[in-house]
Amino acid sequence: MENFTPWSALAGGALLGLSASLLMLFAGKIAGISGIIGGLLTPQKGEFKWRLAFAVGMVISLFILIPFAIELPELVNQPPVYIVIAGILVGFGTRLANGCTSGHGIIGMGRFSKRSVVATCVFMTVAAFVVLLRQQFGAL
Amino acid sequence: MLKVIIALISGILFGAGMIISGMVSPTKVIGFLNITGNWDPSLAFVMGGALAVFTPFYHLLIKKRSHAINGEKFSCTSNTKIDGQLISGAAIFGAGWGVAGFCPGPAMASLAGGSLTIFIFILSMLAGIIFAKQYLQGRLPLPFMGQRKKTCTI
Repeated sequence: MENFTPWSALAGGALLGLSASLLMLFAGKIAGISGIIGGLLTPQKGEFKWRLAFAVGMVISLFILIPFAIELPELVNQPPVYIVIAGILVGFGTRLANGCTSGHGIIGMGRFSKRSVVATCVFMTVAAFVVLLRQQFGAL
Repeated sequence: MLKVIIALISGILFGAGMIISGMVSPTKVIGFLNITGNWDPSLAFVMGGALAVFTPFYHLLIKKRSHAINGEKFSCTSNTKIDGQLISGAAIFGAGWGVAGFCPGPAMASLAGGSLTIFIFILSMLAGIIFAKQYLQGRLPLPFMGQRKKTCTI
């Protein structure tokens, strides 16, 4: 528990909630990241520019935080093959499930959507199980 | 135009939330998922904080409206079916999340840091999205999944 950071987690989480609230109230759109990125690959009329603007906003947010001495953490080195496998699974799975941690975990859960509650429970459980396997066997 | 400006502001808030909350750290993500080990519950507070803001906002301000402020319909899905596609998709995503500790949001928020790992992750994720679209359109036979869905709603 020595790495427990509840306050920054709560504050950052509140920003995620605020972002999703504003986007839905003002523009009627869902701040689901896998959906936004997926939509950029197959542009539809009226659905491209806002997705691009959201993605650009996400990428440049780092530059807005740097003056406040907030930086990205150092990444632990992982074998590139793990990263590639993880990326493919994440991309494939989120499109099949129609959402990821943001779309299902925040917006769907907040709307009390049964689909999202089920999806969130499933991906949390499977992810925890994969981590358990990696802890037990050292690699996977 | 309002839509694009709001999307940009929301994107910045979202990215900042991902960075400040610690979701951008795979070590923290794995620490959260490692429930039987040295568990770090921080990330439960990220979801808690997000839901504490979004849930009342949605139920008190958004739900009773017929349209968003810019006049567009809300794009929430009316799909309530819990099917194999939802479960298998969530399970596959969860497996990928557990392997590297990255999900789409934090990866996007970390892209400007210039890390090669993030870049490789995002490229692989885009490949996964393309595979999924092909699969959902019935062009990629994956017999072990046992499904051929014709529609793909984002």
